[in-house]
Amino acid sequence: MAELRKKAQSLAAKPWFRMPRQPMLRHLSYAAVAVVFLYFLTQKLSAFNDYEVGEIAFYAVALAGLTLLTGINGQISLGHGGFMAVGGFTLALLVEHTTWNVVPELAVAIVTSALVGAVIGIPATRLRGPYLAGMTLMVALGLPYLTNQYDSFFGGDQGLTTPQPTGPASINPEQWLAWIQLACALIVLILLGNLLRSRFGRSFRAVRDDEIAASLAGIHVARTKVIAFMVSAGCAGLAGALLALSAGGVNSAEFPLSISIYLLAGMVIGGTGSLMGVWWGAILIVYLPTSWAPSLASHFHVNSQVSANLAVIIFGLVLVVGMLVAPGGIQGALRWVAARVGAYFSPDGLPNMKLSLQEAPTDRAVHDSESVTQAGKPGV
Amino acid sequence: MQFFLNITLGGIATGMIVAAVALGLVLIFRATNIVNFAQGAMAMMTTYIAYAILHKGSGYWLAFVAALATGLLFGAVTQVVLIRPLQGKSPLNAIIVTFGFLIFLEGLAGAIWGSQTRTYPAPFSEAGQRIGNTQIAFSPFDVFVVLAVLALMILMMVLFRGTDLGLRMRAVAFAPEAARLLGVRVRPLLTLGWALSAAAGVLAALLVVPTSSLTPNFMDVILIYGFTAAVVGGLDSPVGALVGGLATGLSLAYVGGYLGGSLEPMAALALVIVSLMIRPEGLFARPAPRRV
Repeated sequence: MAELRKKAQSLAAKPWFRMPRQPMLRHLSYAAVAVVFLYFLTQKLSAFNDYEVGEIAFYAVALAGLTLLTGINGQISLGHGGFMAVGGFTLALLVEHTTWNVVPELAVAIVTSALVGAVIGIPATRLRGPYLAGMTLMVALGLPYLTNQYDSFFGGDQGLTTPQPTGPASINPEQWLAWIQLACALIVLILLGNLLRSRFGRSFRAVRDDEIAASLAGIHVARTKVIAFMVSAGCAGLAGALLALSAGGVNSAEFPLSISIYLLAGMVIGGTGSLMGVWWGAILIVYLPTSWAPSLASHFHVNSQVSANLAVIIFGLVLVVGMLVAPGGIQGALRWVAARVGAYFSPDGLPNMKLSLQEAPTDRAVHDSESVTQAGKPGV
Repeated sequence: MQFFLNITLGGIATGMIVAAVALGLVLIFRATNIVNFAQGAMAMMTTYIAYAILHKGSGYWLAFVAALATGLLFGAVTQVVLIRPLQGKSPLNAIIVTFGFLIFLEGLAGAIWGSQTRTYPAPFSEAGQRIGNTQIAFSPFDVFVVLAVLALMILMMVLFRGTDLGLRMRAVAFAPEAARLLGVRVRPLLTLGWALSAAAGVLAALLVVPTSSLTPNFMDVILIYGFTAAVVGGLDSPVGALVGGLATGLSLAYVGGYLGGSLEPMAALALVIVSLMIRPEGLFARPAPRRV
């Protein structure tokens, strides 16, 4: 046993392969591996499973935006479903009134929702506190009413149709759509990964940890918060536009408050502040309401009233219990396990403290593995 | 002119209800810096309980009192179980927990009582009055709404300004550390604050439910109007909650009356944006120095 351990240590000291130090190269090589894996995955799966993979992809985009906002920048949105609706309706209106290709349509959807984000984000930065949370909740609750008011423009209850983009004839449409959605997800994750390693990413973290220290260090706090919020809303808009492509149309019922709740719960489950954790959250959002909750309900023979609400109840519990008990989420738990395993093989037998969950500051919800400033006193 | 008058009167009645919600939010915010997004859902649960009591054959007033008492208890238990463990942590955690609780309660209500709409009776006639030749859209029930919220405000005022307990509660809200050092027991007072706030929410729910209808999410929109009112008035000012509530109720009534009822939630958002741009601290908030 000791020999094995020694061998592992010497292997660990001289790894046979090292990821590139350049963030861009590193993220691209992750993405290359993901592309190969996802290509074979989508080939193997049935058309319906391809559709679900596509759904996972766009929820991952929305979650990446939310996790950047909350986990990295320390702001919160309770209504990201509202920004998804903005993106979805923008795409549908472009489909209706223009003959554009899907790429510029998606780009305009991103820009539109980022601008709506700025309208909400700018006033909210004037004060500390829960203003952003309340205002985003108002967006999510109010938008369906708005589309009802101008129903001739937004298509009323029927909504607007968004035909699926068609690819080469040899590829079935679900697979083509899943590829578009996966490509968007990978591009967004690469770009956000780079953004977080850049000056902006460091400013986001600094503002989260201590606004006063950040502003003393020369960071324009309000501007940083608005930029983070716009990037986040833009991601949600892209996700909404991709959802519209999957659903074949948009109407206000497509973006209920529950989407915003799902996103928040997905973020908490995945691990707030971790870009890799968004995949866990996205899987939960896609499978819990449509597959896991119904099978749980039928297993326990509960009546239809309970089973209709089971997913929402579970998501609510995830938010409350997850926040009280395990704010690190799945990714945090994985990091904790990795640190324990690493400790066994490390020369001094100590866990790598940078990765250890217990090292994570306890006075804030959100932590990623690197922190710029010391955690400030909350609620100052 | 008559249309304008009727809209104004309707706006005042709505505004008083919104003010009660805002007061509940303000009570909690000034003591703990938390906006309780679950307040509406907690009041919704309590209203369902009142509905059940009502259908057991008891009278309106017994259900009314029982709902308020349940609300007090519910607020206290929530504070002890969910909010106390969050003390000293980031305000983000509290936002996520209260929001998650909102969702949980709405799901639970749907699972227990279903999502069909139910009608909840009003204690007084909801029909408008005829004065001379003009029809006035102000019913005896609206009078009751205004009086009930005014009574709540006066009770709160007496509690906070006139009693020893209120003085201690204000001390805890203003400077918890100093209050603790001076021998005030902070934790029970925070629990009491949550109980009172929940009761204010329940009163608002009982006043709004006869004109809307009882569903698991009937308080959602009222909650965001209450938030609007609290922001307009200043999140830590009870007087601001009343004035903000009336301002919000009237603005929304005019928007709904002249532009279309579906625009009201977005008009509320616009009101928040404008009020944050013009007077970020709110109309009545004390200026808040930020300590480093």
